Amino acid sequence: MVYEERNAWAGLIVSPIVMVVYVVLVLQQAAGGPLTGVDWFPLMLWVIGGGIVATIILSVGWGIIAGMKDPDGVGRSDIRDRDISRMGGRVEQGFVVIAGLGVIALCAVGADVFWIANTMFAGFAVSALVGGIARVIAYRRGLV
Amino acid sequence: MVKPTLVSNTIRAHRERAGLTQAELARTVGVTRQTLIAIEQQKYSPTLELAFQIARAFGVGLDDIFGYPDTSGASS
Repeated sequence: MVYEERNAWAGLIVSPIVMVVYVVLVLQQAAGGPLTGVDWFPLMLWVIGGGIVATIILSVGWGIIAGMKDPDGVGRSDIRDRDISRMGGRVEQGFVVIAGLGVIALCAVGADVFWIANTMFAGFAVSALVGGIARVIAYRRGLV
Repeated sequence: MVKPTLVSNTIRAHRERAGLTQAELARTVGVTRQTLIAIEQQKYSPTLELAFQIARAFGVGLDDIFGYPDTSGASS
């Protein structure tokens, strides 16, 4: 498995966990009350930060283990990695645009800032997840 | 299931004839071994530049390594 594929897998493993942890923390803080009363901003920052750190730790740890088996290709990437990354980026972009449109619609109807921020956050999270799936499929099944 | 690319190739045959491993050829043309495997298995269409580098590594022309079916219907 090449360096960039390991990174794609690391992101793919971490992003659904991050999403679930965030939802659980928000629901916990709401404690059955209205979600708009939740102090979501610090939670979101912690979860994003934790997700970034977890992804880095996972890919570095994985890279060290992979490097023991195949020291040649530990941190190398090439034209196929760039092609797959571009394709994944295009897939991600679609979901970010959908989330952006959702945010505009929510602003238009005067929705609470909780829903506006979390719609955008969900858009980022889903785009990362779907983009990761697309990348992994391209690595496993091929990109033609 | 992803369809294989229409660009066929004879890299494996050329490589075996030249006594090169996948890792050696990959290093020569500056890609990872996984990329070379993907090209050999027609799971990835190489860029024109990479195709030239592969052909040059064997000292042959592009047409000797890569093929593309005639979809125009015209007989040549």
